[in-house]
Amino acid sequence: MRDVAIIGIGQTKVGEHWEKGLRHLALEALQAAMVDAGVDRVDTLYVGNMLSGELTGQEHLGALVADFAGMRGVEAVKVEAACGSGAAALRLGYIAVAGGMADVVLVVGVEKMTDATGPQNTAALAMAADADYEAAQGLSFVAINGLLMRRYMYEYGYRKEDFAPFTVNAHANAMNNPYAMFRVRVTPGSYTRARMIADPINLMDSSPIGDGAAAVILVPADWARRFPQPPVRIAGSAVGTDAVALHDRRDPLVMEGAALSAYRAYQQAGVGPEEIDLFELHDAFSIMAALSLEAAGFARRGEGVRLALEGKIGIQGRVPVATMGGLKARGHPVGATGVYQVVEVVQQLRGEAGANQVPDARIGMAQNIGGSGATVITHILERME
Amino acid sequence: MSVPRTWRLRQQRYRLVGEVCDRCGVPIFPPRDVCPECEAPAKTPFTFSGRGEVYSYSTVYHPPVGFKQDAPYTVALVRLEEGPLVTAQLTDVEADQVEVGMPVEMVTRRLQAEGEEGVISYGYKFRPLLRR
Repeated sequence: MRDVAIIGIGQTKVGEHWEKGLRHLALEALQAAMVDAGVDRVDTLYVGNMLSGELTGQEHLGALVADFAGMRGVEAVKVEAACGSGAAALRLGYIAVAGGMADVVLVVGVEKMTDATGPQNTAALAMAADADYEAAQGLSFVAINGLLMRRYMYEYGYRKEDFAPFTVNAHANAMNNPYAMFRVRVTPGSYTRARMIADPINLMDSSPIGDGAAAVILVPADWARRFPQPPVRIAGSAVGTDAVALHDRRDPLVMEGAALSAYRAYQQAGVGPEEIDLFELHDAFSIMAALSLEAAGFARRGEGVRLALEGKIGIQGRVPVATMGGLKARGHPVGATGVYQVVEVVQQLRGEAGANQVPDARIGMAQNIGGSGATVITHILERME
Repeated sequence: MSVPRTWRLRQQRYRLVGEVCDRCGVPIFPPRDVCPECEAPAKTPFTFSGRGEVYSYSTVYHPPVGFKQDAPYTVALVRLEEGPLVTAQLTDVEADQVEVGMPVEMVTRRLQAEGEEGVISYGYKFRPLLRR
């Protein structure tokens, strides 16, 4: 097996791109990544996407994006794993390079959501849940997270406002990210007053959907020095799964798939949570951030929220999260999100995160979650000295 | 919701029929044909009593397409008295009266209707346990 490095990154701003279709968004991100890497051809293209068929009537994205980007003929497929689609595409790219099946791999995550209405998006996102036994009962994806948050508050005795630090931190960090969707400050007061979506989850617990694309270029680590940017090695790459439906989990408040994913990645990288300098977690909802911190070993059961309350998730904290805004404020273009997270970790490890730079960041982790925890993909990245 | 799908799930939707593991005896809902505890085949039907208690709940103010007419409505994870959790709407109760641990029972109600003249899908919901 070969070591794999990331030598190029690209992203579009997350938001409402009325003038750009899915293919244009993908093109913008992948061209930026190729320019950044200094490559003009790739062997293989993986497109991470969840909802193109449902929201834009377009499937078959591998060939579509390859052709549109002037790469007609290249090996190309779409990868889908609900909200984990982006990192799932990266995982396949990693396997292709590590296994020697390809040398230069382009991974692009893309989602075009604003061609559909809000209720259509709500129904489409619920496809990440169990169609027969969750979505058929009228549960939105927000409601599924509402069930988790209510139980979490009940079991551990937290109040609603205790979750505010996740949102306040994400928005503060997004202020300095030109690619973020919401560069506005949120206070604990405005968090508490936000309108309810699925009780106890309000608008300020919820990541916004948006249009966006992000891309990375992978090569064998041995080659990485030939390219212009400071290379970043993929030290760990792992997928863990769990039951799709919350009601089928052993304990809904324990994300076993996330724990499996994180600990497999730790084992491969030869590190533990104490060595991670920053953690781009999947804060689709504030409760997800808390459960992820617990599953990945940064907090004990029921103490994920306490970590945030104690101020340990900020840029200068013990475990900086959402350092460029996270899903909450950078935005959550669903199938692209996993690639955005990795792009942001690379920015941190290269020392290109500007005002949000985590001091001397050497090892960063990104964790992308499909559904309410059924597919969890963790990547640990390390600056190559 | 397509007609064949509703028909295929009729035993579950109307009667809460799950399965029981032939090897370890654990009752299973929704049915999955392989025991989640011991991985043995589990295809023996088992009808649940329909009684349980609220494990968690959430009130939906922004429903998916197809559920607008009922919004806001309250959904729950219900811990059935035989053990499994089931996801369902609560009915015959105001949102602010629901609490974790509340005893509930299954009833058959309309889940979705496709307009004035379309197919109506029925299924289980849960209401506060009636004292008899």
